[in-house]
Amino acid sequence: MFDNLSTRLEGIVKKIRGKGRLTEADVDEVMKEIRTALLEADVNVAVVRSICNRIRETAIGATRSSALDPAQQVVKSVNDELTRALGGETLSITYASKPPTVVLMAGLQGSGKTTNSAKLAAWFKGQGRQPLLVGADLQRPAAVEQLRTLGRQIDVPVFSDPSDPVRASAAGLEEAKRLGRDVVIVDTAGRLSIDAEMMEQVRQISAAVDPDFTFLVIDAMTGQDAVQTAEAFHATLKIDAVIMSKMDGDARGGAALSVKEVIGVPIAFASTGEKLTEFEQFHPDRMAGRILGMGDMLTLIEQAERAFEADQAEQAAAKLMEGQFTLDDFLDQMQQIKKMGSLGSLMGMMPGVPKELKGAKIDDDDLKPIEAIIRAMTPDERAQPVIINGSRRQRIANGSGTQVGDVNRLVKQFGEMQKMMKKFGMAGQKPGKKGKKGKRSGGPKGRGLPPGLLDPNAGQGIDLPGLPGMPNMPGIPGMSNR
Amino acid sequence: MGIEILFLVLAIAVVAFGIGVIVVSRRNIAATQAPPARPARPTTPPPEAEPDAADGAGVLVEEPPVEPVEPASLRDRLAKARLAFTGAFVGVLGRSGITEESFEDLEEALLRADVGVGVTTDLIDGLRVKVAAKEITEPQGLLDELEAEMVSRLDGSDRTLAFDADAGGPNVWMFVGVNGVGKTTTIGKLANQQIRDGRTVLLAAGDTFRAAAAEQLTTWAERSGAEIVRGAEGGDPSSVIYDGVERAAARGTQLVMADTAGRLHTKSNLMEELKKVRRVAEKGAGRVTETLLVIDATTGQNGLTQAREFREATDVTGVVLTKLDGSAKGGIVFAIETELGIPVKLVGIGETIEDLIPFDPAEFVAALVEP
Repeated sequence: MFDNLSTRLEGIVKKIRGKGRLTEADVDEVMKEIRTALLEADVNVAVVRSICNRIRETAIGATRSSALDPAQQVVKSVNDELTRALGGETLSITYASKPPTVVLMAGLQGSGKTTNSAKLAAWFKGQGRQPLLVGADLQRPAAVEQLRTLGRQIDVPVFSDPSDPVRASAAGLEEAKRLGRDVVIVDTAGRLSIDAEMMEQVRQISAAVDPDFTFLVIDAMTGQDAVQTAEAFHATLKIDAVIMSKMDGDARGGAALSVKEVIGVPIAFASTGEKLTEFEQFHPDRMAGRILGMGDMLTLIEQAERAFEADQAEQAAAKLMEGQFTLDDFLDQMQQIKKMGSLGSLMGMMPGVPKELKGAKIDDDDLKPIEAIIRAMTPDERAQPVIINGSRRQRIANGSGTQVGDVNRLVKQFGEMQKMMKKFGMAGQKPGKKGKKGKRSGGPKGRGLPPGLLDPNAGQGIDLPGLPGMPNMPGIPGMSNR
Repeated sequence: MGIEILFLVLAIAVVAFGIGVIVVSRRNIAATQAPPARPARPTTPPPEAEPDAADGAGVLVEEPPVEPVEPASLRDRLAKARLAFTGAFVGVLGRSGITEESFEDLEEALLRADVGVGVTTDLIDGLRVKVAAKEITEPQGLLDELEAEMVSRLDGSDRTLAFDADAGGPNVWMFVGVNGVGKTTTIGKLANQQIRDGRTVLLAAGDTFRAAAAEQLTTWAERSGAEIVRGAEGGDPSSVIYDGVERAAARGTQLVMADTAGRLHTKSNLMEELKKVRRVAEKGAGRVTETLLVIDATTGQNGLTQAREFREATDVTGVVLTKLDGSAKGGIVFAIETELGIPVKLVGIGETIEDLIPFDPAEFVAALVEP
């Protein structure tokens, strides 16, 4: 998400970079572009206006000062505004002193309440809690059935009562107490914010369960209506935070920004894929960095930490640095990576990934042939791909159901990667400490990525002046002519 | 070096490598060979599809109730939603003449309706030219001109649902779209209407991904009296659709409505799956005469990308705009129709079966533009 916005901002910055001074005409043009960029990202009209006014002031200031590169100032100002608009801090979840902690899920039809209820339950489980899901959506045919299926997948019990949503919710709370579950998530029916009767019903549910948190689920693809909807729900329910669903699509996210700005509640979670684990806490500052095309390293690291077996990964990383990484290790790590989420979403978080690559749609299924090829190799071949000659290639291709050319390419790429990693390994030894520190204090400007990643020979990935140069995604020969 | 940095390097290296191989090999494949045609894989119809077959409504509906159902007026339905808009137009009409603020008010109103910044700028610029040429001098004239211009851009599209009685087999109407837009509900309502209008209908539960999607469609089949063919959860959607078409052909059912799982247009594997479903639907006796993209009125500018991608994958023939009874305006379909040439055919304005109605450009624009 947010890709269009960051692409556009990059274009704007390109236009003004290198100018020693900005004229008023430059500012007008920049502001027009920023406005269009925000509107195309579905940021609410009123929010666009106020953000633009503030950025304009900075930009006008930049016309007078010659101390800093004006482009830098504009980028900084856009970045500051976006961060501010997205909200400062991550919502911290506190638990009721007298369990269970009750969470109420509300939203329009099709926003993703049921799926996100289950994802949230899985998240709570990951935090060491024992959630209970309560199906109070008796409106949509088979909604409770859907919740039960999801509950089975994450091994969380589901309670429902077909008689009445308010009664089902209240009974669900009692059930949780009886079972000793310490978190209750109530999935309600989708409803229109202008449907008085249905809004009254959800108010009654809320009154019956007295939630500690009321989450509004909003589809990241929502347009201008996001604000109206959020306002209406907020007026009825007092929303504590928003869950943005379907954030794995392209180009959207303006709704997120607008809702925060207009009703003042934070975005607590973001759903980033179809898998039930693709759900994470929302970090506004990281998101602003992502908007500006800086990737989202902290999230990536967290996901990696969650997915990897620490010892094993450390070993593998060491091997990698020393250039002793084998195809077997690769295969192992590939399995770990898969646990982190889909390749596409990982790509989105990496800084400096060329646009062509982000545009190249990558699915996990695409990995299957790679896996098949490696599995068709003997242990010796995996350890030392150089020994793979013509007849071995043919055998591997036959064994994996691929073409000899595919095998060739894989072996060649692997060689490239080994070479590259060796180089990184050496570059990474020296200034290692600084990189870590910089990243932690990171914030959206996140200066100083792990230096091991910076290949001195790689071209600049993105043209953002004033921001740390990100390397091109290294080791992908053939990408440049795409 | 910190352990997390090692993780990161590792992750990036592995992902970069994997992706590099994929991209390179994909490019090579594209250059050398066209995708081989896949043979359809007929499977045995799942047993749970049996029970209703005997009294399958299809054949038995002889006298569709001909009660002339008063089609709900879009304008009435939207009355309350329109209130939100009044502000901008009161502003325009409240001024004695046309000023810069008038244009800004209109622009804001269109943007708020999700019409999109490109189309909006174009419309407003047109108005500016006419005002400068003194063709429009009154505030009311400004609104009238905007409305007339928008309606004229929607003129001349064929909005009928294509049904070919001489297809030599069942007509297939496919429903596609992103998650949560209301595909299954739309099918349920439309099946009801089609059966009432005297057609025999079979529903094919091609959404094998979302938990309980088939149950939801089954409920609709029971309500409408349509037949239903289901597959196993997580099964191959193509084979479910294929079975549905074969079943319909064998029984002489006229129309198959094929549900598909919601999918984000950015997931290329899922879009490939959809292409396959589209191909397989025509493997047997069936012919796909409509592929309807379902878009939800709350959708913002992303709708345009959705429409482009789904058209690319499945040759979309029309748009169904759902959930227009909320506070959202659905202005994005104006951009979809005028920029991509995909006609909007149906509009969903409520929960009951009658609340799926033909799209009327004049009413739609009026709901957007009138105070």
